Amino acid sequence: MEAIILQILNGLDKGSAYALIALGLTLIFGTLGVVNFAHGALFMMGAFCAVTLSRILTLSHTVIDPTQTDFLGNPLKVQVPYIHDIFGQATGDAIIDWAVPLSILFAIPIMIGIGVIMERGLIRHFYKRPHADQILVTFGLAIVLQEVIKYFYGANPIPTPSPEAFRGSFDFGAALGFDPNVIIYPYWRLVYFGFAALVIGAVFAFLQFTTFGMVVRAGMADRETVGLLGINIDKRFTIMFGIAAAVAGLAGVMYTPINSPNYHMGMDFLVLSFVVVVVGGMGSLPGAVLAGFLLGILESLASMSVVIDFIPGINQVIIYLVAIVILLTRPRGLMGRKGVMED
Amino acid sequence: MFALDKKDARLLLMVAVLTMLAPFILNPFPAGSEMAQFNAGYPDLMQRFVIFGIFAIGFNILFGLTGYLSFGHAAFLGVGSYSAVWMFKLLSMNVLPAIALSVVVAGLFSVVIGFISLRRSGIYFSILTLAFAQMSFALAYSVLTPITGGETGLQLALDDPRILDVAASATGNIPVPGLFGLEMRASTNLELGPWVFTFNVGYYFSALIMLAAFYLAIRIFRSPFGMMLRAIKSNQQRLNYTGLNARPYTLAAFVISGMYAGLAGGLMAAMDPLAGAERMFWTASGEVVLMTILGGAGTLIGPVLGAGFIKYMENIISKINESILHQWFYWLPDGLEDFVVAMIYPFIGKGWHLTLGLLFMAVVIFLPGGLVEGGQRIGRMFGRKKSEEKDKPSGKTTPAE
Repeated sequence: MEAIILQILNGLDKGSAYALIALGLTLIFGTLGVVNFAHGALFMMGAFCAVTLSRILTLSHTVIDPTQTDFLGNPLKVQVPYIHDIFGQATGDAIIDWAVPLSILFAIPIMIGIGVIMERGLIRHFYKRPHADQILVTFGLAIVLQEVIKYFYGANPIPTPSPEAFRGSFDFGAALGFDPNVIIYPYWRLVYFGFAALVIGAVFAFLQFTTFGMVVRAGMADRETVGLLGINIDKRFTIMFGIAAAVAGLAGVMYTPINSPNYHMGMDFLVLSFVVVVVGGMGSLPGAVLAGFLLGILESLASMSVVIDFIPGINQVIIYLVAIVILLTRPRGLMGRKGVMED
Repeated sequence: MFALDKKDARLLLMVAVLTMLAPFILNPFPAGSEMAQFNAGYPDLMQRFVIFGIFAIGFNILFGLTGYLSFGHAAFLGVGSYSAVWMFKLLSMNVLPAIALSVVVAGLFSVVIGFISLRRSGIYFSILTLAFAQMSFALAYSVLTPITGGETGLQLALDDPRILDVAASATGNIPVPGLFGLEMRASTNLELGPWVFTFNVGYYFSALIMLAAFYLAIRIFRSPFGMMLRAIKSNQQRLNYTGLNARPYTLAAFVISGMYAGLAGGLMAAMDPLAGAERMFWTASGEVVLMTILGGAGTLIGPVLGAGFIKYMENIISKINESILHQWFYWLPDGLEDFVVAMIYPFIGKGWHLTLGLLFMAVVIFLPGGLVEGGQRIGRMFGRKKSEEKDKPSGKTTPAE
């Protein structure tokens, strides 16, 4: 029992990442009808937004500190981040410590910008082309983005720690009445799950309760009619692309403390996210979220030693296996809508 | 010739001549000269040109003709490699049974995967093939270690049975793959003045097989079967309305291209008898997609060109480093030299993937027909005056909807 609860918790954070990426993919697919293979790269760019911000915050200049001396008695040269000069030492350190959460503010405008540029500059020209062409051009774009990041940040993973306050672990076992130290779960993963839930909720609320969201939903249902009503639907769809990029980017930002970002992390997630989207049903936002969490939890349940002893290797293939079974038995995925992507 | 029309016969003959003379053509610079690093005429790379050519030709039969974009073709390549190495381990070091087995096993494997994946089309088909390939990769990497060697890969050992062959060579080493005594790695050098040309048994063996594969591809392209596959690409619905079931045809195309991939995998193992799971990773599948599109999907020669182009970049362009660039631009003023080098450097050397990605995007955006279409456009630009009247009637045909 404890083991199962622990694995479900472990599945939540991966599931959150899948759900966020799949949500963005589905947004793009549902609005623009484009299969975006560069979405994983957007996730990776988000993660590198966090890296960039923490580098900017720790930009330092050298000062001579008369209070510290080396063994010869000369005053030491110390690196002082500029942020100390601006906010003072204590606040400055706190800001550096909170670099990853702060990157959310930094990443949103950047990712929306990247998304809008991508859509206006490239994807727009591919609406009328076959899906295979869209896959190919975004695949090429993903390679390019990945290589650009590799050029500037190198090929090695860059550790980006979470704030000090979240570095410990939470003892779920004790809270739920099991033995202590059986179910322990890092705070940051809880934060990640909460954050993902928040972002998903925000996207749904935005689509459901704002006029803008209503127009977008109408456009998803029947683009032509909305256009005929005199609404500039293309502009709104471009903004939705930006939002989808931001969602992927935020997923990446918050994921950095869980896994140190490297330039190909996006591709690793992309393949799985596509599986998630297909399982959830092309074009269904709730389906994408549901399938994301479902597959994330299934994956970690399958890596329990009991299961592995029973069916060796199942943890490696469970996601793909589920995808194959679902695609063959429920061609539209779990919650797919009729008429989407059916050729 | 060979039941081909004149144009195809000429193409086949041209490819044959080019592959046979490749050691000369790919080594245009004298050994030891500054430009020698652009020589691609060494056996390892030449073998890769033709082997990946086979892989891409096979992929093109599926993607170029039917339009089904498989993102999991590397699985068949990997399976082919594994079966070839097992043949070396169990039976003999002769490459023929190994390659035969790898084609057969890859064929069987692709029947199973194709039968399931082809129930869906479009992006679903891509995802299904990707899922199967990733599953094969994950299994080969972990659970199937007794069969696949897991992380270290499958290698030959001195205590392999090798029923029809010796377990160890006369010197006590592991024997090398060969064809009735002709070792695959054997090569002879021909020195003409400063030039050195290498003729490698393995290369010529692979090249002959590639020519056979190419010939087969031409026949498939020109056959009624190939016509059927094109019909599937252009309008599958209409095909269904006329009472034809498309699935047997797509499955046949899938299996044929899977067998091509298996053949390429078997040849790879024959040139270097080891096999690893990374050959099945989805980036390897992506690579063959890049090759085919870059060269020109749906054309005969395109995939071969694409494969050669990418492998050349991977092996030659990636070796250019900063100091070589400085040597090239030494004649520029100092500041300008540094600037030019700094501008070019991100695109070459270790950054060759960036160039590849940009080039690939450019091809998809501007030249959907790939390098072949580019060549045709250039050819037309020069030859326009002559064939202006000829071109007029063959303008774009609009489908009668």
